[in-house]
Amino acid sequence: MPTAEELKQRIEASIPGAKAQVASPDDVHFSAQVESPAFAGLSRVQQHRLVYDIFAGELGGAIHALQLKTEVP
Amino acid sequence: MSENPYRDAIQKAIAENDVILFMKGTPEAPACGFSARTVATLQALETPFTAVDVLPDPRIRQELSALSNWPTIPQLFAGGELVGGCDIVTEMYQSGELAQVLGAAPGSGTATPPPPAGVQAAAAPMGIENRLGA
Repeated sequence: MPTAEELKQRIEASIPGAKAQVASPDDVHFSAQVESPAFAGLSRVQQHRLVYDIFAGELGGAIHALQLKTEVP
Repeated sequence: MSENPYRDAIQKAIAENDVILFMKGTPEAPACGFSARTVATLQALETPFTAVDVLPDPRIRQELSALSNWPTIPQLFAGGELVGGCDIVTEMYQSGELAQVLGAAPGSGTATPPPPAGVQAAAAPMGIENRLGA
């Protein structure tokens, strides 16, 4: 099962300059706050896609839910 | 019609309904907390919307996500564009943007054709589900 720490590391490794805070009560439902300069100029939908793309195929499976908040620092 | 009737039906539904929500369950009986919260947000704005339950047939969800490039449910569309899922809808509601986006959706001058009269006011918004499942 993925852990919050693992998700945090994968987000930060995949999105340039990203800082992520990830929490999970059960290693199935996650909530993440992600800040990255790479989000600048993107719509919220595009920002969330950047994060979702990291976990393609896992959302709805091992990662049952990923609550997301994205911000430009 | 192409060889993919599901995709065609979904595309048509998105084009023909100014505000359309793809969700798990129905507005009266949501089958997931995220869908429930999104419905509650739309109802708080008193926005008329069409709802499509993705649960009766997994192909609805597959084709929707392939079309929208968005992996999760619910998905809210306004004026033919993906507004977002539960998190974005909630965030935009809190900031006041959602009212703007939804308020501007009808006749906003986009390429989306206006809906046939009566669609907005339809009391039973689930009519579309039958078409998708047909």
